[in-house]
Amino acid sequence: MDTALINYTLHLADNALILGHRNSEWCGHGPILEQDIAVSNIALDYIGQARNFYQYAATLINQLPADRQHQLLSFDAAEVTEDTLAYLRDVPAFKNLLITELPNGDWAQTTLRLFLFSTWQYYCYQQLQYSQDTQLAAIAAKALKEVTYHVKWSGEWVIRLGDGTEESKRRLLLAIEELADFTGEFFAMSEYEKALLPANIAVNLDSVKTAWTNKVTGVLEEATVALPPGKWFQSGGKQGIHTEHLGYILAEMQFLQRAYPNATW
Amino acid sequence: MTATPAISIQQIWSILETVNDPEVPVLSVLDLGIVREVKMENRLAEIVITPTYTGCPAIDAISMNIRMALLQQGITPVRITQVLSPAWSTDWMTEQGKQKLKAYGIAPPVGRSIQEQDLEEIAVQCPQCNSWNTRLVSQFGSTSCKALFQCNDCKEPFDHFKCH
Repeated sequence: MDTALINYTLHLADNALILGHRNSEWCGHGPILEQDIAVSNIALDYIGQARNFYQYAATLINQLPADRQHQLLSFDAAEVTEDTLAYLRDVPAFKNLLITELPNGDWAQTTLRLFLFSTWQYYCYQQLQYSQDTQLAAIAAKALKEVTYHVKWSGEWVIRLGDGTEESKRRLLLAIEELADFTGEFFAMSEYEKALLPANIAVNLDSVKTAWTNKVTGVLEEATVALPPGKWFQSGGKQGIHTEHLGYILAEMQFLQRAYPNATW
Repeated sequence: MTATPAISIQQIWSILETVNDPEVPVLSVLDLGIVREVKMENRLAEIVITPTYTGCPAIDAISMNIRMALLQQGITPVRITQVLSPAWSTDWMTEQGKQKLKAYGIAPPVGRSIQEQDLEEIAVQCPQCNSWNTRLVSQFGSTSCKALFQCNDCKEPFDHFKCH
């Protein structure tokens, strides 16, 4: 079994779990009730996606010999499950994009991040639903419908804030400044993605980039703002090199399973 | 130990008619269109279901309710299999299900399943006063499958089961 497919599936899962966790931090803190519910619902969609990808990754990992498993997880597990992958891996094993782990910031940063990410996810899943890997294709086809709503909801917020008051625009501009350097990583192909390209398993991010840029430019224009030009970008997430923020997320998310292994309720 | 009389697949379908969605208790799992297949092999009843939404927490409860309903009728062993593909769509909801939703106060899905670029504003009818003069309050309602609307005529807020 090739580990490229496992790493790719974990990358897709980790993106969804970490951004889902970030969105869930808004639960009970949203600016108004309807938006609190919206952002929590989106979190739920992400956690659902993560579960599907983790379940698939777990099946693949369980087929590996023990030493390869250990190499991949850096710990031994009798049977790997979705929970093992979410709760017991440490920072360097996570392959999520850096943009997903950044703190929520204010509402502008939260909705802009969601718009930039969900637009990327939308075009990725559009391709992934035709992947030669039938399980990845099934998960993508299913999630694509939900992601369509995420793009619409977050895009409307970006327009509302940018084309809103002086204060809302100021905040959106700050959010753009904060997030722009993290968008280049969307399109940087990792070794495991390159390895899966010839067999038409992974998504070709070059074509996603064109569609993403068109969509994002259009919405930002409507919001009377723009992404700054720039070639340099932050990267490392896909390879397990993260910002300091991921450790804090995992500390909170994994505390219970680490302190009380196998606890259920 | 008594031998279970042979159970027909048809009987299982009628039992499934009585299993309701925990979030929208007027709809049976058949109204929702989430039961893809019922199989009987060597007295093992296999029910193939598909989740509505990826993150729908109700799917575990639904699996358990199906198992319980079949067990109560003496049907054992039961295997519940979840499949993702083809992805569930609101097109699979029965007409009867849509009527039940409306009577319950939830506006049923309008039109066809969402297509790739297709998310324009849709007209949704108020389930209380039947007015078409309604507005979207939020795309995300009390559960992820619903959007929140308000009627501009009778002023009543209501849930709309989104196209999916």
